[in-house]
Amino acid sequence: MNKLNVMLLGAGSLVLAAGFPVVAQAGTVKIAYIDALSGPFAATGQAGARELRHAISKFLEGKEVAGEKLEVEFLALDGKINPKESLVQLQNAISQGAEYIFHNSGSSVAHAIVGALEKHNKRNPDNRALYLNYGAIDPSLTGSKCSFWHFMIDANVDMKVNAMVDAIAAKPEIKKAYIIGQDYSFGKAFSAAAKRYLAQRRPDIEIVGDQLHPIGKVKDFAPYAQKILRSQADVVLTGNWGADMINLAKSIKDIGTQASIYTIYAYGAGISGVVGESGLGKLSVVAQGHINPANTPEWALYKDEFLAKHPGNDLINERTVYGVQMLGEAFVKAGGTDPLKVALALEGLEITTVSGDKVMMRAKDHQMQMPLQVMAHVKDGIKYDFDQSGYGVRTTSTVAFESNQLDSVCEMQRPL
Amino acid sequence: MFETIIFSLLNGLVYGLLLFLLSSGLTLIFSMMGVLNLAHAGFYMLSAYFAYSISIHLGFWYGLLFAPLIVGFIGAMVERYGLRKVHKFGHVPELIFTFGVAFLLEELVQFVWGRNQLAYNKPEILEGSLFTLFGADFPIYKMFMLIVSVVIFIILLSVLKYTRTGLIIRAAVGHPNVVGMLGHNVPLIFMVTFGVGTALAGIAGAIAGPVLGTYPGMASGLGGIMFVVVIFGGLGSLGGAFIASLMIGLIQTFAIAIDASLSDVFLLMDIVITEQTFMYDIWVTSLSQVAPLIPYLMMVVMLIFRPAGLMGARES
Repeated sequence: MNKLNVMLLGAGSLVLAAGFPVVAQAGTVKIAYIDALSGPFAATGQAGARELRHAISKFLEGKEVAGEKLEVEFLALDGKINPKESLVQLQNAISQGAEYIFHNSGSSVAHAIVGALEKHNKRNPDNRALYLNYGAIDPSLTGSKCSFWHFMIDANVDMKVNAMVDAIAAKPEIKKAYIIGQDYSFGKAFSAAAKRYLAQRRPDIEIVGDQLHPIGKVKDFAPYAQKILRSQADVVLTGNWGADMINLAKSIKDIGTQASIYTIYAYGAGISGVVGESGLGKLSVVAQGHINPANTPEWALYKDEFLAKHPGNDLINERTVYGVQMLGEAFVKAGGTDPLKVALALEGLEITTVSGDKVMMRAKDHQMQMPLQVMAHVKDGIKYDFDQSGYGVRTTSTVAFESNQLDSVCEMQRPL
Repeated sequence: MFETIIFSLLNGLVYGLLLFLLSSGLTLIFSMMGVLNLAHAGFYMLSAYFAYSISIHLGFWYGLLFAPLIVGFIGAMVERYGLRKVHKFGHVPELIFTFGVAFLLEELVQFVWGRNQLAYNKPEILEGSLFTLFGADFPIYKMFMLIVSVVIFIILLSVLKYTRTGLIIRAAVGHPNVVGMLGHNVPLIFMVTFGVGTALAGIAGAIAGPVLGTYPGMASGLGGIMFVVVIFGGLGSLGGAFIASLMIGLIQTFAIAIDASLSDVFLLMDIVITEQTFMYDIWVTSLSQVAPLIPYLMMVVMLIFRPAGLMGARES
């Protein structure tokens, strides 16, 4: 992992040292990846680089576009999940000739990139770039603040919570729900969505708690678990990630409540292994993709190849593959890699993913529409575990493509 | 209501005693050497990682035994070959030095153990719950933490109060120069205190790792709380640190349990708060949301009314 990072950084700085924009050859497309390659979130950022690179090698490199075999240059740049740093790297990427920017973590970063690209693309019509966002899921990015140059390849918070409530609504025994989240924009958006959809779908469910806690600062979640127990909640909804997710799940298990937990970021990156036994029969994750079972033989083959190539690592994000696959189809449809043409080709594009799902890039707001899976944290009966721990997730139900289409307030400004 | 009080009391005690383990070493070091050891929480984290690695090969108990010893030794070496050299340049370079060590430790654990949280687990014998009260389980492990902390406190207090070494250390806390004049090896006392202090943080790390999580962020934020304990309790006072730790543990835990906000107080006075009210956000913020701020508020109030702290003997 570290070696890869060093290589990527090395490659990046070499090109930097050259100090002049490299003109892309015909048939060559440059794709930049901006995320945290150092610092506390580097594990996620580096996993992202690894997975994106593999997807590109499988679905873009050598793909026939307008009679020519496509060549891809990949730049991994360290944005540190910091809007300022990420903008510097965005400029860096564009000056190196990158036309496609992939980015995963941090909605504040996403808003910064959208703003910068709006200006850049207006001022430099010959040198435009597209932003493929596959992890910053603030609903306003495809809502009130939508942009023509931005495409969201993940389901946004509203869609994920909607799917979560869908799964909860199917369980009549659930009467009381407790919402807990990290005290910042994401936690608040999650809480608002949960309250909204629960009220719509299951007005009989009483919301017995709506708690915010400081992000990354809580050392002991026992007092929160105690509150959850006292509230007699049947289900806990949370958007927590990282250590906040693990420690919350462990405390809930320790205090012995019967409440089950529904969440969105609780597998891989060390979480499955550490939550371990605490989550069995309790923890459900709503996410895109088919982790176990793999759904199609092609997808199983893809995973096996990835795992063989990167021993000791897990394949965490399937949506990376969706994005790259879709970009490849858009290249073909547009007959080239010109960002404007490709953006137009992406609008309304519908593909079947390698794992057999139908996904579509909605033209109205550039929000990818996709089915979501409800997965249980399990130990037995799975082929692909996480963290070499034996623990992983298995699909228990699917929220179909059609039933997770939410309206958007986006009023897209098209550059025509 | 009753069960909330009981459980908040127990959880608060466990957390408070853990804080005491952490800050007892810090308060001794701070008052004796005049240096706030910013790397103290880093040693706590380092010990959790060591304990994890040892526990994989030899089992939990060896981890608990050896990790604090190793960390204590590293602490002593940091004092002997680092801090002592910086000492002659004054307090500011010393402070910066410990700041650097804190950074190094944080990067070091990520370099060696990776960035993900580790599966450092409790030993089987301490799994499960000790008793169930009002439907809530109290884990055996928490009781174990409680007992370890109390035992350490008693040992530490006895050593300081009733042994000759303790006498010299207490003297060195208040009057290092006089102790030096009397022919005692003050640098040695410093080194031993620093080592023992970091070993205490090490014990805290080794027992907290399995429940509070072993990950690179586990030390972040603790430095500030420990500082509060030291100031609030009074420089160099173990008793003060003990009371301050327990107070912070209990107050924070109780605050999380209380959802009342200022708007509820206004309601008692027949003032209804709506979204149009001036500074709406402040009035409706619940006590549980601001719970982590309370220790700092306590410190500020203490500094205003009693700068020496609760039981501090020396003003510095």
